[in-house]
Amino acid sequence: MIGGLFIYNHKGEVLISRVYRDDIGRNAVDAFRVNVIHARQQVRSPVTNIARTSFFHVKRSNIWLAAVTKQNVNAAMVFEFLYKMCDVMTAYFGKISEENIKNNFVLIYELLDEILDFGYPQNSETGALKTFITQQGIKSQPQTKEEQSQITSQVTGQIGWRREGIKYRRNELFLDVLESVNLLMSPQGQVLSAHVSGRVVMKSYLSGMPECKFGMNDKIVIDKQGKAGASDEAGKSSGKQSIAIDDCTFHQCVRLSKFDSERSISFIPPDGEYELMRYRTTKDIILPFRVIPLVREVGRTKLEVKVVIKSNFKPSLLAQKIEVRIPTPLNTSGVQVICMKGKAKYKASENAIVWKIKRMAGMKESQISAEIELLPTNDKKKWARPPISMNFEVPFAPSGLKVRYLKVFESKLNYSDHDVIKWVRYIGRSGIYETRC
Amino acid sequence: MPAVSKGDGMRGLAVFISDIRNCKSKEAEIKRINKELANIRSKFKGDKALDGYSKKKYVCKLLFIFLLGHDIDFGHMEAVNLLSSNKYTEKQIGYLFISVLVNSNSELIRLINNAIKNDLSSRNPTFMCLALHCIANVGSREMAEAFAGEIPRILVAGDTMDSVKQSAALCLLRLYKTSPDLVLMGEWTSRVVHLLNDQHMGVVTAAISLITCLSQKNPDEFKTCVSLAVSRLSRIVSSASTDLQDYTYYFVPAPWLSCKLLRLLQCYPPPEDGAVKGRLVECLETILNKAQEPPKSKKVQHSNAKNAILFEAIALIIHYDSEPNLLVRACNQLGQFLQHRETNLRYLALESMCTLASSEFSHEAVKTHIETVINALKTERDVSVRQRAADLLYAMCDRSNAKQIVAEMLSYLETADYSIREEMVLKVAILAEKYAVDYSWYVDTILNLIRIAGDYVSEEVWYRVIQIVINRDDVQGYAAKTVFEALQAPACHENMVKVGGYILGEFGNLIAGDPRSSPLVQFNLLHSKFHLCSVPTRALLLSAYIKFINLFPETKSTIQEVLRCDSQIRNSDVELQQRAVEYLKLSSIASTDVLATVLEEMPPFPERESSILAKLKKKKGPGAVSAGELEEGKREGGEVNGAERPGDNAAIASTPSPSADLLGLRSAAPVSAAPVSAGSLLVDVFSEAGPAASTAGVNDDGFLSCSSALSSAPPSVVSEDPAPPLPESDELLNKFVCKNNGVLFENQLLQIGIKSEYRQNLGRMYLFYGNKTSVQFVSFSTTLNVQLKPVDPLVEGGAQVQQVINIECLSDFSDAPLLNIKFRYGGALQNLSLKLPVTINKFFQPTEMSSHDFFQRWKQLSQPQQEAQKIFKANHPMDTEVLKAKLLGLGTALLDNVDPNPENFVCAGVIQTKAQQIGCLLRLEPNAQAQMYRLTLRSSKDTVAKRLCELLSEQF
Repeated sequence: MIGGLFIYNHKGEVLISRVYRDDIGRNAVDAFRVNVIHARQQVRSPVTNIARTSFFHVKRSNIWLAAVTKQNVNAAMVFEFLYKMCDVMTAYFGKISEENIKNNFVLIYELLDEILDFGYPQNSETGALKTFITQQGIKSQPQTKEEQSQITSQVTGQIGWRREGIKYRRNELFLDVLESVNLLMSPQGQVLSAHVSGRVVMKSYLSGMPECKFGMNDKIVIDKQGKAGASDEAGKSSGKQSIAIDDCTFHQCVRLSKFDSERSISFIPPDGEYELMRYRTTKDIILPFRVIPLVREVGRTKLEVKVVIKSNFKPSLLAQKIEVRIPTPLNTSGVQVICMKGKAKYKASENAIVWKIKRMAGMKESQISAEIELLPTNDKKKWARPPISMNFEVPFAPSGLKVRYLKVFESKLNYSDHDVIKWVRYIGRSGIYETRC
Repeated sequence: MPAVSKGDGMRGLAVFISDIRNCKSKEAEIKRINKELANIRSKFKGDKALDGYSKKKYVCKLLFIFLLGHDIDFGHMEAVNLLSSNKYTEKQIGYLFISVLVNSNSELIRLINNAIKNDLSSRNPTFMCLALHCIANVGSREMAEAFAGEIPRILVAGDTMDSVKQSAALCLLRLYKTSPDLVLMGEWTSRVVHLLNDQHMGVVTAAISLITCLSQKNPDEFKTCVSLAVSRLSRIVSSASTDLQDYTYYFVPAPWLSCKLLRLLQCYPPPEDGAVKGRLVECLETILNKAQEPPKSKKVQHSNAKNAILFEAIALIIHYDSEPNLLVRACNQLGQFLQHRETNLRYLALESMCTLASSEFSHEAVKTHIETVINALKTERDVSVRQRAADLLYAMCDRSNAKQIVAEMLSYLETADYSIREEMVLKVAILAEKYAVDYSWYVDTILNLIRIAGDYVSEEVWYRVIQIVINRDDVQGYAAKTVFEALQAPACHENMVKVGGYILGEFGNLIAGDPRSSPLVQFNLLHSKFHLCSVPTRALLLSAYIKFINLFPETKSTIQEVLRCDSQIRNSDVELQQRAVEYLKLSSIASTDVLATVLEEMPPFPERESSILAKLKKKKGPGAVSAGELEEGKREGGEVNGAERPGDNAAIASTPSPSADLLGLRSAAPVSAAPVSAGSLLVDVFSEAGPAASTAGVNDDGFLSCSSALSSAPPSVVSEDPAPPLPESDELLNKFVCKNNGVLFENQLLQIGIKSEYRQNLGRMYLFYGNKTSVQFVSFSTTLNVQLKPVDPLVEGGAQVQQVINIECLSDFSDAPLLNIKFRYGGALQNLSLKLPVTINKFFQPTEMSSHDFFQRWKQLSQPQQEAQKIFKANHPMDTEVLKAKLLGLGTALLDNVDPNPENFVCAGVIQTKAQQIGCLLRLEPNAQAQMYRLTLRSSKDTVAKRLCELLSEQF
C-alpha cells in the first residue's frame, strides 16, 4: 500500500509531503529528487526503485506527483489513484500548477487525509467529497445533524457515489463518446499498428435514485439479439453495424454482475460528471486522415518534402484543429514552405514544420511542399527520419461505436424515460497518429 | 596579454546564457537551444560573409551549448577561420573551440595544424602562446607528429620571449607524456639543460618539469643537470627573501622551483663531485636550519611553502641515505612535527618517518619517538593518520621493542577502524613471528589476536601458528594449555575453535595429566563448540576426535557414540558424512597399532617464506614491504602434480578432500595416503603435507605423471586385480616409438585407437575405444597405474567412446605406464592390460646444429656411461626414405651434411622433462651389405641413452 505521497515543483522542491506509513522516512523525499527529478539522464520509467523503495510518479505540467511505497503494491492501482487524485484536485481548484497548489495547501492535506487512509485509497468521488470537504472555509451556519447523518450514510452506505433526495426541475442527461485514435503507418500506406481508446463520459442531472441502462452496438450483444430475433436479419446486423470491443472498464456504479451475465450496462448514476466506461478497439477502425509523404534528398544540402493529406469520412462532416508536424533534419539552415490551405511554419525550437488547418470537410485533400536547406556537417550519421505526426478532431467515433439507447427508470418519482432530455455527442481525436516518411 | 575590454563583451551570448538559465524545465531549455542552433545554422549557411565579431559570438554559443551536453556537429570550419583572425579575442575563441571540440577529422586537422604553424612562426608572443596552449590541450598524436620537431627549437631559441619559452617547455612536456617516441631531444639536450641557468625564474620552473620527466626516462643524457640544479638551488636557498621579487611567496623565495629542483635531484644518486656535493649538503643544512627559525609571517601560506621545501629536502636526504648527520637531523625535525597542531603535517611526518625507519643510520633516531607515535595511534582523530602511525610502528619495530609495539597494536586493534583491521592483524602476526624470542609469547599473542579480531584473522595467520607450534617442541605443551583455557570462554571465535581443535588433537596428551583438563573434559569442551561451527571447522573437529581416540583410548566409546549419531553419520554434507563413517569404521576395526600409525603426530613442516608476509605484500601491492624483510624460504623441490607412485594404484582412495591451498603452494593433490582418509587431518591444514610424506624420496628413478583432464573423483575401486600386461604389449609399444597416431590394440571385440600430441614436457593423448560387436559393453572401466578420468561405463554396440589423458613428463623414465581395461561383454568379464605408448622420445624437441657444433658436443659427452651403442640386424628392408621418416618421427632433428659419410644419419634433440632438459645425440650407421646397423647414442644422462638405444634398436 502507498506509504507516502509527495508533490514537487519543477525544481524538485517539496510542496506537499504526506507520509502514511512509518517505513517511509524523510530521506525518501530527497532520494526521489536526486534520482529522478535531477537525474542526469531523463528518467522515462514512471516507476523507479531506489534502495528498495518504489516511487510511482506522474507529471502534470511542471508538477511531479510521486507515490512512495516499500511494499509490493499493485502499480496499476497506484497510478489509477494518482490520476484520480489529479482529477479531484482539478475539480476543486482548476489547473494543477505550483501556484494553485501553494494556494490550496490546507485543502490538499484535507483531501489527502480523506482519500487515503493508512495508504489504502478511499472514496475519491468528487461529488461525494464536495459534500463534506468544502472550499469556502468554515460555514458560518454549521451543518445540521440531519445533513451530517445524511453524508455519513451516503459515504458509508452501499451507494456511496449518490446521495438521496436530489431534485431537478428538468431531468437532463449528457453523454459524450470521446475517442482517441492511434496509428502508425508505413510510407507506402500500410497500417503497421492502429487502435482506438475511448471513453464514455456522462453528465447527469436526474432526480431521485434513477436506474439507467446503457446500450451500444457491441458485437456480442448484437449477435446475441440477432440469433434470438428473426434469423433473416442476422446477416445484416453483424458487419459494419457492430464493433468488437477488446477490453473495457467501468465506473464503480455499474453492476458488474449484470454485465457478466447479460452484458448489459445498468447503473445508478452519480450526480454530475463522471466517466462511465473506458474501452479499447483494434478492429475495423475508420482512419479519418491519410498522410502521403514524399521526401527527396537533393544532394547533401537540400531536401524536398511534399506531404498530401486526405480526409476519409462523410463530406458532410467537418474535421477541426488539424495540425501536421513534419520533422526536419537537425542541420536545417533554412526552410521555404508552400501550402494550398491553412498556415505552415518552420519551428526551429521543435525541429519541425508545423502545418495548421482550421477546418476540413470529408473526402477532400490538401497538399504542402517544402524545400529544406541543409548545412553540411562533419557527422557521417544519417538523419533518422522521424515519422510525420498529426493532430485533429472529428465529430464521429473512429471505432464505429454507436449509442443505441440510454434508458432511465425512476419508479418512486413520477417521471419516465421520455421526460428526460438526452444529449449525445461523438468526438474523435488523434492520439499518436504517425506516418513514417 | 591584452585584457578583454568591457565593450568587447558579446551581448547576444549573454542574453542567450541568461535565457537558458531562466528556463523552467529541461524541455524549455532544449527548445531554446534548438532555436538557437537553427539560428546559427542559418547564419553559417554561407549566403553572406560574417564579420569576425559575429563569427566569434556564434562559435562561443556553440561552445556553450556543447558544454551543456549537446552534440555539436557543425561550426568547426568557422572556428578554424577564426584562427586566422588578427584579433586576439577572436583567435582565442577559435583556439578554445578547437581545444574542446577537436576530433580526429583529417581535413580539419590539416587546416588547424596549418593555422598553428602560422602562429608559431608569427613572432607575436601572444599568438605563439595561444598556439602552444592549443597543442598542449589537444595533445593528440597528430599534433605531436606535426610539432614535436618545431617546439624544442622555439624553446631554446635565443630570441624567444620568456613567456613563450615557458609555454613551449610545458607543451613539450605534454607531448612527451602522450607520445614519448615522437619527442626526440637529441641535439637539444644540452641546451635544454642549460635552461636551468635562465635569468627568468618562470622559464626555469617550466623547464625543470620537462627536465625531470625526461631525465626519469634517460637519466644518463641529462646527468649534467645535477650540478646546474645544485648551484641554482644554492642560489635560491641562500638568497634573501626579497631578492627574487615576483617569485617570493610569503617571504619564501621561489618555493615551487625549490621543490622541483629537489625532486629533480631525487632522480639521481648523490653527486660524485666533492664540491657539488658539499654545496648540496650545505643547501640541505640551510633548509633544515631555516625550519628552526621563527616564522616570518603568521600566515598559513608561509609555513606551507616552507614546509613543502623542507619535506622535499628530507625526501632527498632519505633518497641519498648516505649522510648520517643529515638523516638524524631530518628525523629530529620530523619528531617536532609529530606534535604539531596541523593534522596534515603530522601525517606527512609519520609518512616520511616510515621511510626513515628503514635506513640504518636513522633507525635508532626514529625509535626515540616511539611514545609519540603510540600516542598518535591512540589519540589521532583522523583514520588516515592513525593508519600511518600504525605503518610507522611496524617499520620501526625490532627485537628490542617488539613486545611493546605488538602489545600497543593489539590494544589498538580493539578500537581500530574496520577498514584497516585486516592489515593490522597481518602486521601483528608478522611482527610477533619475526621478533619472537620466546614462543610462548608468540602463542599468547596470536591467540589474543584471534580473540580480539577473529573475523579479520585470515586463514594464513592461524595456519602459521599451527605450523610453528608443530615445528617447535618446546611450546607444544604451553600451546595446548593456553588453547584449552581460551576455549573455555563462553563465546569463541571460529578460528579459535580451529586452532584449538587442531592443537588439542595433536598435543592434547601433554595436558591430560591435569584432572582439570582430562581427556574427557577436553573432548567435551571441543564438542560443546561443534554445533556452532561451519562445515569445514566441523570436519576438522571430527579429525581431531579420531586423533583423540588414538591419544586417549578411554574416550573411544564416547567419541564413537558421537560419530555414530545421526547428525554425523547421516549428515547432508558429504564431507562430514564420509569422515564420520570412515572414522567410525577405522576406530572400531583397526587395531591400536594401525591407529597409532595412521594417526601419528604430524611431521614438522618445511621452512619457507611466511605466507602471511606474502599476503601482506599482496594487500599493499608490490614494493610496499622492503626487500630486506623478506626471508626467502626455500620452496619444496618435488612438485607432485596429482601423481601417484606407480604401483600405488590400489590406494586410489575415494576421498575428494577439500584441498585447501593453505600455504600458497600449488599442490592440489588428491589425497589418498592411507587406505582410509585418516591422513586428511594433515591435509586439512597443510594440504601439501599428505602427499609429500607419502612420496618422499620416491623420485629417484623418475616417473611419469598423468593427470586426468578433469580432476573429478576417480572411478570406484575395482575389486578384481588388473590382468598382467599382454605378452604382445611390448611389441605394440614399439609400433608407436616413431609415430603418434594409430591403432594401439585390436581383437575381435575391441579396438583401441590412439591420437596423441606432445609439446615440450607436456602431452595429450586421446584414447578411442571402439566396440566392434553389436552388443553393448557393460561396466566398462579403464585404469591406468596413474589415475584417469572415468570413461562412460557403457559402450554401445558399434559405438566408440573417447578418453583424454594429459601427460606431463616430470623426469626421465623407462617403463611405459600400464593401461588396464575391464568390461563385461555378455556375461563374461574381459580384462586387458596394455602398455600406454608413452616413451621417453615423445618429449624430444628437435635441435638444429652445424657440423662443428655437433662434433664438439659429441666429444663433450665422451664418458663411457654417457654412450650407448648397439649393433643389430635389420628387421626391415633398408630404405633411406623410410629411415629418414622414422628418425623424424622419433622427434629429433635430422642433421644433413654433418657426418662425413653420407650414408650415415645423424640426429640431435633435447628431451624436455619438468625437472631438467636432457640433450641427446644420435648416430645411425647402416651397412647395406651386411644388412646391419650400428646405433650410437650419447646423452647427458646415462639411463636415457640406454633406454633410447633399446627402443630404437627395435625400429629398424
